[in-house]
Amino acid sequence: MSSLYDEVAPAPAEGVPTRRITVTVNGEPRTIDVEPRLLLAHMLRQGLKLTGTHSGCDTSNCGACTILFEGRPIKSCTMLAVQADGHSIETVEGLATSSELHPIQEGFKEEHGLHCGFCTPGMMMASKALLEKNPNPTEDEVRWALSGNLCRCTGYQNIVKSVLWAAEKMRAESN
Amino acid sequence: MYPSRFGYESPKTVEEAIAILDASGGDAKILAGGQSLVPMLKLRFAAPEMLVDINNIDGLRYINVEADGTVRIGALTRHEDLEYSDELPTASPVLAAAAHLVADPIVRTRGTFVGSVCHADPQGDWAAAMTALGGHIVAQGPNGKRTIEVKDFVIGPFQNALAYNEIAIEAVIPAPKGKSTGSYLKLERRVGDFATASVAVSLDMVGDVVARAGSALAGVGGRTIDATDAVASLVGQKLTEENIKTAAEAVAAAAEPRSDHRGTSDYKRQIVKTFVIRILTGLAESSQKVA
Repeated sequence: MSSLYDEVAPAPAEGVPTRRITVTVNGEPRTIDVEPRLLLAHMLRQGLKLTGTHSGCDTSNCGACTILFEGRPIKSCTMLAVQADGHSIETVEGLATSSELHPIQEGFKEEHGLHCGFCTPGMMMASKALLEKNPNPTEDEVRWALSGNLCRCTGYQNIVKSVLWAAEKMRAESN
Repeated sequence: MYPSRFGYESPKTVEEAIAILDASGGDAKILAGGQSLVPMLKLRFAAPEMLVDINNIDGLRYINVEADGTVRIGALTRHEDLEYSDELPTASPVLAAAAHLVADPIVRTRGTFVGSVCHADPQGDWAAAMTALGGHIVAQGPNGKRTIEVKDFVIGPFQNALAYNEIAIEAVIPAPKGKSTGSYLKLERRVGDFATASVAVSLDMVGDVVARAGSALAGVGGRTIDATDAVASLVGQKLTEENIKTAAEAVAAAAEPRSDHRGTSDYKRQIVKTFVIRILTGLAESSQKVA
């Protein structure tokens, strides 16, 4: 049975020109042959089996596919995989270590920042970019930074609380 | 959704990029930030034979404010570069006001100013801001560079004046006559939605007298609307409650709104008028403080 997300095969069809690219994903260099039209989100999900990055709207609206590209948040459904050649990206899989959650993940757990969880990877990556730039954001600044990420469950209240929780914890840890 | 097949080149220099465009004979498209192009490729509104990715060309990401106040913006300057610029609030308050209203924060990390002007979406913020500021685009092709006034550059919805073998390499805001003031206001139902109405008003002030006036609208017509004629009556005047009202009514009359799910045409026209009054009243108050 095929699912919605099987629409792009991980391996390009025979005879289709591809490019060999090397992308540093969560600190690890990965080399993969991609067709130029392959989207970065699809490369992550189908090619590298990193399914933490979600494909939501597919039209650059919802932000579920947000990852960090050279430290800045981008919508990975709106960038071609070939464009990541030679660059460093970070996905939700890069947040936790094998023994410890990232403070942002902890925050979402402590403050109940998710219901269904679909938007959560994008929310967390956008939050990470915010907290790197601004370790002590106000509630307004959190809302502003997450205004490109849609959530249809929570009404955002607990997401904002989660990010503020994480900010506090990260500040405490860095002191 | 995924795009139809295309060839892909990522040149390292502008000259190389132009050569690829030239050789393509018109079937190639430039990829800069991709925040409009990639969705259009996915929706298959666009299906070029070849994409020329200019992101690997060095030296195109800059905001230069020159001594006389001219602002130059490179082809790879992202929206967020304008949003976080320290110089822009003084050098060009209109651009500074619009910067954080473009799309959403994540799109702004990637999308480019010049690309947005080239895209010429009737809803586009930058084409409207550039029109109000009387800016121009520097295009480079096989025979060198030429400058194109924005009002001649954006020639219709999703249409610009570039030849197939030209690249818009820079946007230029000319030096103000006096002090550059103005603002940009946008009504949207939620962040990232198309605007219900957007208004750019740019005034160059000498003391409390208007030396140059420009205005443009987005979202209230099938194209970027140049409303500069509507504010021409302000030139040579001090701002007063009366001439602000006259200008606001003239700008609202220049709008070509259509009734849709974002509001009726009357409502949108009223928004335009309110926004112009709000911007000009704010400027009148701050220029009185200075004078």
